[in-house]
Amino acid sequence: MRWVRRHVLDGYAILALVYLFLPISVVVAFSFNAPKGRFNYTWQGFTFTNWAHPFAFPGLGGAVRVSIEIAFLSSLAATVLGTLIALALVRYKFRGSATTNLLIFIPMTTPEIVMGASLLTLFLNWRIPQGFSTILIAHIMFNISYVVVTVRARLVGFDRHLEEAAMDLGANELVTFFRVTLPLIMPGILAAGLLAFALSIDDFVITYFNAGTTITFPLFVWGAARVAVPPQINVIGTAIFVIAIVAMIANVVFQNRRARRLA
Amino acid sequence: MGKLLHRRAWVTPYALLTPGTAWLVIFFVVPMYYLGKMALSQGLFPIFSFGWQWHNFGDSVSEYSTQFVRSLEYAGIATALALVISYPLAYWIAFRGGRWKNLFLLLVIAPFFVTYLIRTLAWETILSDNGVVVRTLQAVHILGSDGRLLATSAAVIAGLTYNFLPFMVLPLYVSLEQIDHRLIEAASDLYASSPISFLRVTLPLSLPGVFAGVLLTFIPAAGDFINAQLLGTPQQYMIGNVIQSEFLSLRDYPTAAALSFVLMGAILVLVLVFARILGTDRLTSGAAA
Repeated sequence: MRWVRRHVLDGYAILALVYLFLPISVVVAFSFNAPKGRFNYTWQGFTFTNWAHPFAFPGLGGAVRVSIEIAFLSSLAATVLGTLIALALVRYKFRGSATTNLLIFIPMTTPEIVMGASLLTLFLNWRIPQGFSTILIAHIMFNISYVVVTVRARLVGFDRHLEEAAMDLGANELVTFFRVTLPLIMPGILAAGLLAFALSIDDFVITYFNAGTTITFPLFVWGAARVAVPPQINVIGTAIFVIAIVAMIANVVFQNRRARRLA
Repeated sequence: MGKLLHRRAWVTPYALLTPGTAWLVIFFVVPMYYLGKMALSQGLFPIFSFGWQWHNFGDSVSEYSTQFVRSLEYAGIATALALVISYPLAYWIAFRGGRWKNLFLLLVIAPFFVTYLIRTLAWETILSDNGVVVRTLQAVHILGSDGRLLATSAAVIAGLTYNFLPFMVLPLYVSLEQIDHRLIEAASDLYASSPISFLRVTLPLSLPGVFAGVLLTFIPAAGDFINAQLLGTPQQYMIGNVIQSEFLSLRDYPTAAALSFVLMGAILVLVLVFARILGTDRLTSGAAA
């Protein structure tokens, strides 16, 4: 009986993983498809052409570049702003920390469409034309909360004695921060940055409301879904997927090596 | 910290906080104020005038009540399905994963690095009329010979279920992983059978994860419009589709803004009811951890 139960759970977990990867395998497979019409929904034949010419479809390359630029800039800015907030929240007791926690928490529980819509009314009221900069503003905004939560998790388990030791040895506050604190929480900061990058490059809803005429990769896919779905979309999707996995594995390996070196 | 620095120490947290929180105030709180003002305005794009138009709320809700109810219904079903799929998976990783835990966790998150829209388009391919799934279901007579999956409620709910799974799996995993195994051993030492010890020990201890997972799945699902648009037809449109078209096509900002607020309000009420059902003390103690 115990054996059966144990293996029922194993089977269930494997089925769940298969389910998770089913659409991904379709995306990867159809990146090698040679579709006959404008849509890439039925399998026609195997080809490497899409991979050899990933930007052959007009407008796709530009959209991907905009997405990468925004993801890079917004994750960088949000990581700095969010890390500072996390430091304040974990390290200091101060009036207003409960309010700050609430301010961090609420954006994560607000439907994206409401955030997108409210930013749209803000930009309308302030007569700010929508485009690259408004997308960037929006992405920094929704990324901050995720960075705070990620970095805070890392800071909570931090051994303060290491900083005290540095100060006892004559280091001032700034030197201690840059030579002791920052290197120790770096894996958390990197993980937060990666998460922010991933959230930004994938965002559709908030971007859709605040893009003006600027096209990001998800907006390009949305437009394409109505008129024509080139297999190049699957190529880019697969490439982003592979790069993200490699970055995540690299982060894990990096953390393990640091842990071993520090141990 | 050093004694010399202590005198100005109270400034430090505010100096660290200000840039980030200012950004959130200007680009999250202030926009909500403008959205609220818009919900009480009247007029035609691009000129709207504020005037305490409270009837906007009543009018828009009664006009789109079908889509409202449908959104909460679809999101509720999708959240329940996601919980059923994710709980055993998270449990399996936390308790059976051993030293491969992190790898399995990576496997769970990995699919979600494929762009949301592309994932949804892949479901469109899988569920399409000539696809393997529909043909098989037709062959075993679960679907009629002209039956289809695409453009049905089932397809939209399936899309919603899939697309927000990591938001369910991750909090569940975190709360299950934290459980002290000695507590479960203690239960079996005290002659609890494994189903009993699961129901009385493991499940209650994982409730903060259930709560967080349900919240993080239900909220984006209730506001979603992509799944209904790509996998459904206007008969499956949710409130997100209405808000989206009111804002971006019809440009009736006051109605769209009022709908946005009602959506947030409805979600808030449901979340509070759900928290009450699960027991608030347990959840807040879990949230602090």
